[in-house]
Amino acid sequence: MAVNQAKPIKDLGEVRKLIKEHKRNDFIFAAVGMFVIASLTITLVILFLDLFFDGYPRFGIDFFTSYPSRKAIQAGILSAWVGSSLVLLVTFLVAVPLGIAAGVYLEEYAKKNWLSDLIEINVSNLAGVPSIIYGLLALGLFVYSFDLGQSILTAGLTLALLMLPIVIVSTREAIRAIPVHIREAAFAVGATKWQVVLNHVIPYSYGGILTGVIIGMARAIGETAPVITIGALTFIAFLPPSPVGAEIPFVNFDWLESGFTVLPIQMFNWISRPQYEFHVNAAAVGAVIIILTAIMNGFAIKLRYNVRKKIKW
Amino acid sequence: MKYSKFTAWGLGATLATAFTFTAPAQAAVDIIEIDGSSTVYPITEAIAEEFQKETGIKVTVGVSGTGGGFKKFCRGDTVISDASRPIKAKEIQKCEEAGISFIEIPVAFDALTVVVNPSNDWAKELSPEELKKMWEPAAQGKITNWNQVRPGFPDVPLKLYGPGADSGTFDYFTEAIIEESKAIRGDFTASEDDNILVQGVAGDKGGIGYFGLAYYEENKDKLTGVKIKNAQGEFIAPSLENAANGKYNPLSRPLFIYLNATKAAFDPKIKKFVEFYLKHAGKMSAEVGYVPFSDKEYAAILNHYKTLKTGTAFKKPAIGLSVHEILSLSAAN
Repeated sequence: MAVNQAKPIKDLGEVRKLIKEHKRNDFIFAAVGMFVIASLTITLVILFLDLFFDGYPRFGIDFFTSYPSRKAIQAGILSAWVGSSLVLLVTFLVAVPLGIAAGVYLEEYAKKNWLSDLIEINVSNLAGVPSIIYGLLALGLFVYSFDLGQSILTAGLTLALLMLPIVIVSTREAIRAIPVHIREAAFAVGATKWQVVLNHVIPYSYGGILTGVIIGMARAIGETAPVITIGALTFIAFLPPSPVGAEIPFVNFDWLESGFTVLPIQMFNWISRPQYEFHVNAAAVGAVIIILTAIMNGFAIKLRYNVRKKIKW
Repeated sequence: MKYSKFTAWGLGATLATAFTFTAPAQAAVDIIEIDGSSTVYPITEAIAEEFQKETGIKVTVGVSGTGGGFKKFCRGDTVISDASRPIKAKEIQKCEEAGISFIEIPVAFDALTVVVNPSNDWAKELSPEELKKMWEPAAQGKITNWNQVRPGFPDVPLKLYGPGADSGTFDYFTEAIIEESKAIRGDFTASEDDNILVQGVAGDKGGIGYFGLAYYEENKDKLTGVKIKNAQGEFIAPSLENAANGKYNPLSRPLFIYLNATKAAFDPKIKKFVEFYLKHAGKMSAEVGYVPFSDKEYAAILNHYKTLKTGTAFKKPAIGLSVHEILSLSAAN
């Protein structure tokens, strides 16, 4: 601004030249951006299609309704996808409430001092810790100290630990993005702090929180190392007890204590087999994991879109 | 549930009789839990699958590796442990500390196969001494060309591919060839995934590697299996027959399952499972690419199991033992 005032532009041609120059820069930046996105997308699509076509012969109802088998063509992922779903259910139920609560607390209630700074740095660091470390922690803490065994509960809690930092960080980011005047307006009409948090802060940051939750879940579904470390099985040809029973009280929690396997472990096992037919199975599981992740992401984007449409500032 | 049963029995009976009533209930397992070696896994998986179909008794199998499996086994978490090598003194100590004794059951042979690239037309036959020359720690940085291995071999860079240090295959190879467990040169391409080794040797004219026979059998079109000189001085090709009749030595190694001796002695489900295992191990191991013992040998192993003789036959490392040698060593302990 100061420069413009000091040296007013007289020549219209000069102004046009300047505009042209900036438009060209704009275009170059957009082109570079497009190129980066396109190369990433194309890589992903090629990888996915390669997996998909390698695994294509195995896609069918049987693959999803059969247990592991020594015969590649009869082997399926029933115990694996049920196991993955139940583990992720536990992860979701633990990590999401805890993560949002922690994020809201740190952002809205915690005093800004060295302690909260320390916590903030640690939470951010935790998001980048290799997953095997979480596995080792969980083996010592959940399996041995708390004696929870090599169960669905242990795996769910382990992956919840893995996911927590992601949810906390994204919750805080989302809360920070809410304009200050919304908050001030709410306080101005006499809302208490809790009312502001519950009726304004959380609903408005919903979209950002959801993104964090989905990124966390997508990471959790593909994790192998921590789940193997805590002792997930590879061959299991029965399902955990059903969470829903026919008798009162209609729900039971025996399934939490059950042994289990998950999708990435089946993939890992099959890809390391000598026989080519097992590699086909591995490709099929890989495609299933990617499709599941894509469905979860799509669901989240749709939810976020619906929520944002309702917010009228 | 267990506690209320215990107190109910305890009310009507003396403590001693209550103990006898509850002890079998505690010993009986609902699910037969197995863990351990990824090499033995395909055999155990096959048996577990058939056993569960036939009897309805639930079996689970994990893959923590031989060492990881023994850790769980010696904590009492599992009742059976898959192992691609004999139990080590340290592991035996851990088991003893926990009051767990074990029965060692050999289930099949795996023939370690040395492979070279198909365009390698000079090294069709190798002796253990030549393998040692290539792989021993002293070779590091020095033996880098095929013409250093044997006079007459061409001037082609030597590229080594082998399993990583966590693998039982690696342990056995070093014991059999270098004659010192875990001693190996540091400058070779290591991978825990044998398929990576297959790709490495298949794409490298000067490549040489080793892994289980099953990986060679599946990739015969991409690799050449090297004939290895045995103790009798013959060069023997790696194959199911040669490993089964004992000619392929010193690179065929026994695979084991270890049983928790207390459970194996008293639990009817475990008994049933082990008998089922030994009855079908021959057929199943061949099906998944391992070398079965003869029916006679399986019968001898079953008898060995029934004597409930605990302990290992491998107090010191032993290479190229036959089933009967293993059993007699075990009985002598």
